[in-house]
Amino acid sequence: MEKEKKVVETNPAQEKTADQIIKENTALRDAEIKELKRKNEAELKQRLASTDSKEERKRIKEQNKVDLYNQISEIKNKYNDLLAHSLPSGANKDKRHMGMKSKRIIGNTTIYIILIIMTFIWLFPFVCILLQSFRVESTHMVGYIIPKQWGFDNYINLFTKKAFNDGGFGRWYFNTLIISIFVALIQTIIVLCMSYTLSRIRFKGRKFLMNFMLILGMFPGMLTMIILYRVLKDMGLTESHAIPGLILVYVASSGMGYYVSKGFFDTLPKSLDEAARVDGANRAQVFFKVILPLSKPIVIYTLLTAFMGPWGDYIFATYVAHHEETGMNVAVGLQNLISSEQSINANYTMFCAGGVLVAIPITILFMILQKYYVEGVTGGAVKG
Amino acid sequence: MKTYSDLEYLRLNKFQKFLYKVARFFVGIPRWFLNLFIAIGNFFAKAGIYIKDEVVDVFMTFKNGDWKTRLSYVIVGFGSIARGQLLRGFLFLIFEIIFILYTALYGWYWIAQMGTLGTKGPYKYYDPDWDTYVTKYYDDSFKILLYSILSIFFIVAFLYTWRLNIKQNAIAQDILDTPARKALNKECKAEVKNYLSSHPDYKKPDNEAVKDEIAKINEKYDALIAGLKPDNLKAYKKMVKENNASRASEIAELKKQNKVELKQQLLTIETKQERKKLIKDNKQSLGERIAEIEMKYGDKASEFSRDFNLNYNHEKRELEQERKFLIKCAKDGKEVSDIKNEYRKKVEACGKPLVSDKQDLESMLDNQFHKTLLALPVTGIVIFTVLPIFFMILVAFTNYCAANDGHFNNLFTWVGLENFNTLLNWNTGSKAYSAAFGEILGWTLIWAFFATFSNYFLGMFVAIMINKKGIKLKKVWRTILVLTIAIPQFISLLYVSKMFADNGFIKAWLVNYFGVSPKFSFIGDAAEPWVARLTVILINIWIGIPYLMLIATGILMNIPSDLYESAQIDGANVWQQYTKITLPYMLFVTGPYLLTSFIGNMNNFNVIYLLTGGAPKIGDVGGAAGNPGYTDLLVTWLFKITQSDGAYYNMASVIGILVFIIVSVISLIVFNIMPSTRNEEDYQ
Repeated sequence: MEKEKKVVETNPAQEKTADQIIKENTALRDAEIKELKRKNEAELKQRLASTDSKEERKRIKEQNKVDLYNQISEIKNKYNDLLAHSLPSGANKDKRHMGMKSKRIIGNTTIYIILIIMTFIWLFPFVCILLQSFRVESTHMVGYIIPKQWGFDNYINLFTKKAFNDGGFGRWYFNTLIISIFVALIQTIIVLCMSYTLSRIRFKGRKFLMNFMLILGMFPGMLTMIILYRVLKDMGLTESHAIPGLILVYVASSGMGYYVSKGFFDTLPKSLDEAARVDGANRAQVFFKVILPLSKPIVIYTLLTAFMGPWGDYIFATYVAHHEETGMNVAVGLQNLISSEQSINANYTMFCAGGVLVAIPITILFMILQKYYVEGVTGGAVKG
Repeated sequence: MKTYSDLEYLRLNKFQKFLYKVARFFVGIPRWFLNLFIAIGNFFAKAGIYIKDEVVDVFMTFKNGDWKTRLSYVIVGFGSIARGQLLRGFLFLIFEIIFILYTALYGWYWIAQMGTLGTKGPYKYYDPDWDTYVTKYYDDSFKILLYSILSIFFIVAFLYTWRLNIKQNAIAQDILDTPARKALNKECKAEVKNYLSSHPDYKKPDNEAVKDEIAKINEKYDALIAGLKPDNLKAYKKMVKENNASRASEIAELKKQNKVELKQQLLTIETKQERKKLIKDNKQSLGERIAEIEMKYGDKASEFSRDFNLNYNHEKRELEQERKFLIKCAKDGKEVSDIKNEYRKKVEACGKPLVSDKQDLESMLDNQFHKTLLALPVTGIVIFTVLPIFFMILVAFTNYCAANDGHFNNLFTWVGLENFNTLLNWNTGSKAYSAAFGEILGWTLIWAFFATFSNYFLGMFVAIMINKKGIKLKKVWRTILVLTIAIPQFISLLYVSKMFADNGFIKAWLVNYFGVSPKFSFIGDAAEPWVARLTVILINIWIGIPYLMLIATGILMNIPSDLYESAQIDGANVWQQYTKITLPYMLFVTGPYLLTSFIGNMNNFNVIYLLTGGAPKIGDVGGAAGNPGYTDLLVTWLFKITQSDGAYYNMASVIGILVFIIVSVISLIVFNIMPSTRNEEDYQ
């Protein structure tokens, strides 16, 4: 009893001092590091100014980076040691240990509860779509979820209501598949060309090109659709002939989406290129024989995203084909099914069935290639 | 305002620090503007100087040029053809011919009409042969505007090639026509003449003999050139191989040694943490040492290759030239060719020869490989993005709308700034647009802010939860959340919008079981604006969290775990660990991403359009402005305007331009105050 009391009494004072010590310690440390950096920068500038050759400068920079890193870590170590000596040891560690286990259990349980609730929220709409797609008794929107009568009628209706050549669901599905495959292939080639060039080749106008595309990206893409639609219309690539037109437009500007794969190419060491060049390869051979074989993750990421884009695109597709059902993709076709009050009542469950059929392949594909997608997304966000 | 030094700043308390930062921010604003103006001024000054330099250069090249160069000013590519660079020359020439044909046949016609955008519309007349009315089409403003922009692009491209052609001429002349070369050539000619006049009995060799001689020469030099390669190549390959082998062996040796040392060191250490640290440190230092070795050998190897390429190509070229010359000699006869030979050596000492066609082609895959790779993507961007954007910017200054985009009227014309006036109502514009514009702009910014940051923090929170030690089934949780990314939005969002619709089952439940009034509406036309907006933001969380979770997971894994360990030892609780370690790290790393995501949300067409379609409507605006609603963003409004009966493309373009201005201003500000501007080269 007595011991515990003592601990409780002495604790606050100790914690406070410990806090203060840590604060002072880090403040002093940071200041010293900053000072060091500033000095270093000035010195580096002088050294750089004194040499003329580019390679020499690069070497100096590299050397300086390593030196600076070492110096900084020295300072950090020094202050860590200082801190370890000056901190009052012991007392409050024991107290924390006692409650640790029960605390962790409570914490984990809360997390599990939150995650389970989230799972429910996240899956709920998808489960609903699935259930409603099997509902037979009515095609309306209804106030309950679980069907009273189960069956495949909606799926059968999707394919039988209209023949392939009149633009039924089968036709839309086929259209979307064709568009997605072509776009995935061509767009991947274009994006790889663009990002490889911008990442690994230094040429005149490179910075300008990148800035220019950055500025172009700030215009809302919606604007250009109007004119692209008119141009496609003049070329006869709308409505029932919309598929080549759509592929053309999706692919044409895809070079602007080079950021993620450029980030990937940036991380490959430059010595690879140099070694290959030494062995007598020209730039093209370096690209095809050295870099491409190493780029499997980014190629798959680009293929996947390029495939998913047109698979779910609605806006431009509806612009280009909104009358002729033979030229629609699934998004436009399905949206058409439920576009008005009347058609909702007639087609609601069919829409759900169509949605399920569209979602299943892309979801399976995504799950298989999830690893690559995650790599790409994280890399892209970190490297900007 | 007083600026603090770092130490002074550190002494401030939290509140003072915050105040200081805010104050610095506002104090800095005038300087930004100043910098901006200076930058703009600099840009124009630089552009002026550039243009001046170009013009002077063009003029000087003409003045100093020989007749080939001068003729190239009119017949593009002539100089290159005349100097033996056939490939370049003909490409230039073909481009010029196409350009002239296009301009004469079409381009001029379109550009001439750009001022008025056409004067004669379609008109109907009675055709007695067919006994019906027929429409005859004349000008079409849309086509005039589009093709005149295309023609201007073409002209710019032609001017660029023209200038390139002149530069090529200047370079070629620099190489060929140095004064020393010219003088030598002259001297040579004079001497030959001199020799011929002093030896009237000199005879050129007859044809048969020349043929034999040439065949002999060819045979000899073919053998020589063939003999050049293997020897050199073998030696070179051997060198490279040796270099690689010794590099590999040195690295292997280093690794071996390091392993032994590390083992010994580890034996002396007892705590697990220190061991970990030692291993980590060792890894790093080993990496540095290996990199050093690689660099050393890489330098050597690139030296070899440089030497090799230089030597081999150089020798080959020399042999070729010799052969060429000897063939010439055979035609001239010995005495004259001796004279020429003497001068040839002198001329050769003057500099390198011109780039040949073959070298041109080879460089497409080598030094000019970036042009090969970029040609297709950049062309696509220019035609399908740049051109439409130019077009739409220009449309903002016309009266282009559905009324003049039909079969009976397809003429529109320039109206100056009238559309901007209509939208912003600075003078006497209509109220409909300006009222809606204020409302929608405000909501766009609010939406972008909340959509970005709610997703950001909640996504990070979820990632931390899933990654916590002791949580099982990590993969399963992640996979479930990621479903919203995998399933196309037009399915998931459309379905969710139906769930929340006035006749959807969520509302039915609320009415049946929770006694909510049947008039209540989430996202229908009868909804309260704030309810609809809140619903949209909440549903967006459902869509957006998974992305952020993935990103945050990747980044959180990179935070060194000893940071947390030492924080725990120092007594930091979970919240302190989060605010002092996790959050600063995340913010630092994802700064640029936050900006792009903010802008992406400002233009987040899919979520709004598929969920609400903009409903509920803004009351007093009406159909003329495309029936905007309280949840409309600027982009969805823009889309609606183009889809409405009036189809006011001009107003849509104005909104588009304003969106661009807003986005670029925000980006500029953020880029200016963001701490983490990265250097690209850091990664390689």
